[in-house]
Amino acid sequence: MSFTWISSYWPLLLTGAWQTVALLVISVVFGFIIAIGLAFAQVSGGRLTRLLARGYCTFFRGTPLLIQLWLLYYGVGSLLPMVPGIRQSLFWPILREGFFFAAVSFTLNYAAYEAEVLRGALLAVPKGELEAGRAFGLSPWKLTRRIWLPRAIRIALPTIAGEIVMQLKATPLAFTVTVMDLYAVANKVRQDTLLVYEPLLVVTLFYLALTAVIARVLRGLEAQVPVRR
Amino acid sequence: MATAQQGILDLLAPYPPGWGGVLLTGAVSTVAISACAFAIGLLLGTGGALGKLSGNRALRLMLDLYTTLIRAVPELILIVGLYYAGTDGLNRLLAALELPPVNVNGFVAAVAVLGFVQGAYMTEVLRGAILAIPTGQIEAAKAFGMGPVLRFRRVLLPALLPNALPGLANLWMSVTKDSALVAVVGYQELALATRLAGASTKHYFIFFLASALLYLAITLASNVVFKLIEGRVRRGQPRLA
Repeated sequence: MSFTWISSYWPLLLTGAWQTVALLVISVVFGFIIAIGLAFAQVSGGRLTRLLARGYCTFFRGTPLLIQLWLLYYGVGSLLPMVPGIRQSLFWPILREGFFFAAVSFTLNYAAYEAEVLRGALLAVPKGELEAGRAFGLSPWKLTRRIWLPRAIRIALPTIAGEIVMQLKATPLAFTVTVMDLYAVANKVRQDTLLVYEPLLVVTLFYLALTAVIARVLRGLEAQVPVRR
Repeated sequence: MATAQQGILDLLAPYPPGWGGVLLTGAVSTVAISACAFAIGLLLGTGGALGKLSGNRALRLMLDLYTTLIRAVPELILIVGLYYAGTDGLNRLLAALELPPVNVNGFVAAVAVLGFVQGAYMTEVLRGAILAIPTGQIEAAKAFGMGPVLRFRRVLLPALLPNALPGLANLWMSVTKDSALVAVVGYQELALATRLAGASTKHYFIFFLASALLYLAITLASNVVFKLIEGRVRRGQPRLA
């Protein structure tokens, strides 16, 4: 075991950690927003929206994230340049990057899993609370915003913490599309120094630390919500 | 439009100019890897669950380390790390025994690594399922004078299966998807076959979509199978709502 390489790779490790965290935060935040729409579409949508949302969740939960990522990066990525004018557009520098494709596919994937969690939680909100809201004359929109959704999120919070950790554990896949995340740094160290286990070990400690932080933050969040026992 | 359709069908044709055969072979090896890994995981998990519940402190500490570590570390890191560590460790062992080094077959390595990972998750699923069995049933079996093996086979196993099945089904779904990660260490299954097909024809989109649909088919078929098994192990139980 030798860890002398750390001193020269320290900045790279921090960049990698930053990329990993950025991917995680982007996919969780945007994925959660999409998931809210998907969950409501399944719980209270019409036939068609319900079917579409169900199909979306089945597709993204039934196929490996790696395939989704590659479908987007290699598949859509190879079709994009055919769109006229896109190379000259403002967005091209972003659309060329692996990071963009990783962020989009992780977001879509996270949304599908989170939507299932939220769907269950929406159905688990006690009927009486919704009826009370209606009796107060809340409009459906206000009822959803003030009672239904917040209560559902509260119910789903412990599960959400688990889902975020699962998402963190999926981020190393981004290295297959040239994103310099934590895992990619371990890979680079291996190529440069021929050390296999040490970089993996160090990177694993980073992931464990991130997991601990997520658990701590969500526990704090849970404590913020008043519960009467 | 008609010519484009023809082109796609040609690309996915099951025999050589088309790549359909390669994809299907990849799908078969994905299912084979998953099934073998699932079986190994089931063995490790049963042992792990019984070990954790056996009351032996040292054994429980070791198993706790195993399950916590495996479940906390990203799958990709585990697969890559165990792949190198496993083949390397085996060859060092052989060298110590003064035997010639072997080249570990990709299939065996993939199954061993995924099985080892599955084992940790199965340990927890099965432990929970065993804990959910009413103690009276086990005490009754003891009172009838059943030995541990007979008790396991006749009482514990049939009673834990309905509890464990949803968890086991989830694990099966996750192993079929995790097996795609084996592509990263270079074993040819569906994901890598797809990349190969895409790279040599430049029709990435079509091939990845096709393989996504193949994975989806595997998932949906497994859903049906697990539903049938669940109906079987729950026979005679009162149905809830």
